[in-house]
Amino acid sequence: MSKVFIAFQLNEDTRPIIEAVLADNPHAEALESPAMVKIDAEGSLVIKRETIEELIGRKFDLQELQINLITISGHLDEDDDQFKLSWPN
Amino acid sequence: MQIDLRTVSIKPLRHTFDHIARRFGDKPASRYQEGTYDIQQTDIFHYRPMWEPELQLFDKRRTKVQMKDWYALKDPRQYYYGAWTIARARQQDAADSSFEMIEERGLAGIVPEAQRKLALDILVPMRHVEWGGNMGNSFISAYGYGTAITQPCLYHAMDHLAVAQYLTRIGLVLDGPDALDTAKDAWMNGAMWQPMRRHVENTLVLQDWFEIFVAQNLVLEGLSYPVFYDYLDSEFSANGATAISMMTRFMAEWATETSKWVDAQIKVAAAESPENKAMISDWVKQYRAPVVEALTPLIHHAFGNKADSVLDDMSAQFATRCTKLGLSV
Repeated sequence: MSKVFIAFQLNEDTRPIIEAVLADNPHAEALESPAMVKIDAEGSLVIKRETIEELIGRKFDLQELQINLITISGHLDEDDDQFKLSWPN
Repeated sequence: MQIDLRTVSIKPLRHTFDHIARRFGDKPASRYQEGTYDIQQTDIFHYRPMWEPELQLFDKRRTKVQMKDWYALKDPRQYYYGAWTIARARQQDAADSSFEMIEERGLAGIVPEAQRKLALDILVPMRHVEWGGNMGNSFISAYGYGTAITQPCLYHAMDHLAVAQYLTRIGLVLDGPDALDTAKDAWMNGAMWQPMRRHVENTLVLQDWFEIFVAQNLVLEGLSYPVFYDYLDSEFSANGATAISMMTRFMAEWATETSKWVDAQIKVAAAESPENKAMISDWVKQYRAPVVEALTPLIHHAFGNKADSVLDDMSAQFATRCTKLGLSV
């Protein structure tokens, strides 16, 4: 298996996103650099809208994470409820 | 000359304030956590209030409800001042543009006479009820304990003023400044409004702040908002008065949002101890009767022969909500 990853700018808006990603993906590893967090995960990584909403206490549109997104690697499967990276083939 | 660029990562010595770290561990805290937890002053009160010398300035004994940790009453919306003002500013913009459109296109003029009169009779005098809501919630933020609950109560108090202002504006749009005098007169002298006025005035003199929270935010709002901004709203829309629905949009939205917050408070407080649960359930029973009595003439006026089914629905919905919150009512 190969790794997928996603990197965010580190700020007030992304902290709950990162927390949600790590809670939903126990196999993921966060690598903190100055002003940036890169999350690596073996095989696949999923970001769930519901988990983020619980943490921030308001409605969240998954498109909002694009504002602070730096880069991703993996095949992206995205709908209203989740944002999934994987290597399906 | 060769220049090497490298990143130096500097680990901060601490991520947040000590009192936040004691609760959540030393990691970056959200603005809500930093602006809420353990902000309440707990010690070093030099003088007792002259108007209540048996209590401290901030005292947990100002209510019969008791909590081990008052910060368990947290706000699911996570409103601190910034988040709250941003959310409300957005809603205010939306509401403003609805009002502007109605005023510019003269949409108020095509509201059928019966619906216009209904809005003037029912919605506009409600602004006096909203003022009562403002007073009650201001009282809670002044005498309550723990920033987790006093903070959103102050926001809630200000939101009530906002609703009162929207109701005033509805009166102005539909009938000009005279609408307000007529509504005030109905509030002071109209037979239909006297039970409501009596109830609102009775809650103004309560001393136990959590009792006010239950009486105002759970019972009065929980029963009246669905009636006025859901059932009555459908009546307006169905009878060609969509303009009125546009003007009450904020209230409907706001009620859905705030009821989640109210629910979270009641649920946590009732789950804390059997004493709390019994106390809150008693308050609900105590205040439900006068509120239903106060709403009955208004509902009869607004819904005519459908009034009974609206009353039944309203009570059933409210009972289900209370049961879900763990109350025995």
